[in-house]
Amino acid sequence: MTTQALEVVAPIRAPVRASRQRHWRLHVLTRNPLVLVGLALVVFFVSVAALAEVLAPADPIAMKTSSVLEPPSLAAPFGTDRFGRDVLSRAMFGARASLFVGVGSIAIAATFGTVIGLLSGYFGGPIDNVLGRIMDVFFTFPSLILAIAISAALGLGIQNALLAIAITYWPVFGRLVRSTTIAERSKDYVLAARVLGASGLRIMRAHLLPNGLSPIVVQVTVAISQAIIIESSLSYLGLGTQPPTPSWGTMINEGRTFLDSAPWISVFAGLAMMGAVLGFNFLGDGLRDILDPRSRSF
Amino acid sequence: MQRYIAIRLVSAIPTLLGVVTLVFIVMRLVPGSIVDQILANGDSSEEVQRSLRAYFGLDRPIYIQYAQYLGSLLTGDLGVSWRARFPTLVMIMYALPVTLQLASMAAIVSMVVGVGLGILSAVKENTLLDHGVRVLSLFSLSMPVFWQATMLILVLSIWAHWAPLGYVDPFTDLGKNLSLMILPALTLGTSASASVMRMTRSCLLDVLRQDYIRTAQAKGLREQAVVIRHGVRNALIPVVTIVGLQVGSLLGGSVVVESVFGIPGIGLLILNAIGMRDYPIVQGTVIVTAVLFMATNLLVDVLYGFLDPRIRYGRGA
Repeated sequence: MTTQALEVVAPIRAPVRASRQRHWRLHVLTRNPLVLVGLALVVFFVSVAALAEVLAPADPIAMKTSSVLEPPSLAAPFGTDRFGRDVLSRAMFGARASLFVGVGSIAIAATFGTVIGLLSGYFGGPIDNVLGRIMDVFFTFPSLILAIAISAALGLGIQNALLAIAITYWPVFGRLVRSTTIAERSKDYVLAARVLGASGLRIMRAHLLPNGLSPIVVQVTVAISQAIIIESSLSYLGLGTQPPTPSWGTMINEGRTFLDSAPWISVFAGLAMMGAVLGFNFLGDGLRDILDPRSRSF
Repeated sequence: MQRYIAIRLVSAIPTLLGVVTLVFIVMRLVPGSIVDQILANGDSSEEVQRSLRAYFGLDRPIYIQYAQYLGSLLTGDLGVSWRARFPTLVMIMYALPVTLQLASMAAIVSMVVGVGLGILSAVKENTLLDHGVRVLSLFSLSMPVFWQATMLILVLSIWAHWAPLGYVDPFTDLGKNLSLMILPALTLGTSASASVMRMTRSCLLDVLRQDYIRTAQAKGLREQAVVIRHGVRNALIPVVTIVGLQVGSLLGGSVVVESVFGIPGIGLLILNAIGMRDYPIVQGTVIVTAVLFMATNLLVDVLYGFLDPRIRYGRGA
């Protein structure tokens, strides 16, 4: 296990060994049921979000006064809400809002954080000092409170929620990439590249970034799951996605008023969200085992 | 140790300055000033606008505004609520103990549940029980705290016809206070316990593979004594860090939990303030939470030194 593990994290560039490495990863992938479950859940929710128009049995916004707060039935498997809207269709479109914000915010955060982390780790000195201090400041805030404050300041809405989460999360990637960059920076192959005359930009792009990619990939998966939870919390509190656009957080909030008479609204919206978050968590955990065995959390 | 604490306190100053600067910038992002909001549906002659802007200091250049803001913070002045016309600090002082009670109760729950399950899971490594606990912790990590709270209320109100919502001051009626706070604390605590459990498990597994554990086993100590006296005591040190970091998520989570259960703490204060666009309150609350979080992490670092004599901070300390 240990030798295999070392092989995976060591910077390997020769194509022959790389293919063997990939083969080993695939093997682990099939042996690790959690990754497969996670992957299946993620693919499922991404497909539902992408194909919501085709898959959803009803219009998620259209009100239907003849069928208000109806319990789950064949016609509406998840029941209907107080405006007679189909909860299943709303949950499907809700996947779109949550994944849009979850994936979008983390894409921005990971890109920006990686650039800052590379600069900070590669150059060191005063640049690292200043950037490190700025990241420290962001870590001083509890993430949900910072996201709440930023989205309150930017104004309500899904785009601003996305931006708020991105601003909250970039330092997580900045710090991570900084530490892997520092670890790689003084290795022989980087020195060799520098001796050969490679520019700082080239070293960062061609050497430091690819070799520090595994922990970033793991962190992205886990961060998406957290971003989905923060988006739904913001929407639940009325700061994220605005009605009538369906989102899991707003659905749970709307359902709260009818907990006695129509619990299915909150229950199914929450189950959908849990499925998606669980998918990313399973995937992240499994990927950590495969890509980054040294930092395994369990 | 004193030297270390002093260094940490001094190095916290630039971070603190960064915190208040970031909050200042974020609050200046707010579209439309307080003046626009006050005059949103009323008299808005040029003169009224100008005098209002002067009243709130918005007519001065941004760096003067910043300097004034820093100056007032230094004297402990967090401004006056635009709506309640009450000093922000006073309003926070009323709400803070409520949140601290909730967060401390939740921290106890997360420690007891997280450390307990973590030990169980590590001792029974790779058994059905271990797998069960690990999957349970992933489920718990994937469940947003507000949904967990909603489901708890649902189950309790249907099965036990009991929905403990609201808040009673502990000095008025401690029993009633605890009966109302226990459910929010359980919700918040169990959701935080998942990462404590994972950390405890992995640290204990590391420790249990050490030579001195084998020595303890070899000299014939009972398994329980080995795990508790030699294992857990050494494994808990990194767990303290996680619990320290948890304070952040407990404070964040309490915003949501307070809103679900109607508890008048910091969370409800900030949410109501956002709803009413009362920015001095939002600003003050965010600063106070950040400072609280910083202070806890400093405390955790210092605690570390006491818990583990091998850790010595500073040169020659």
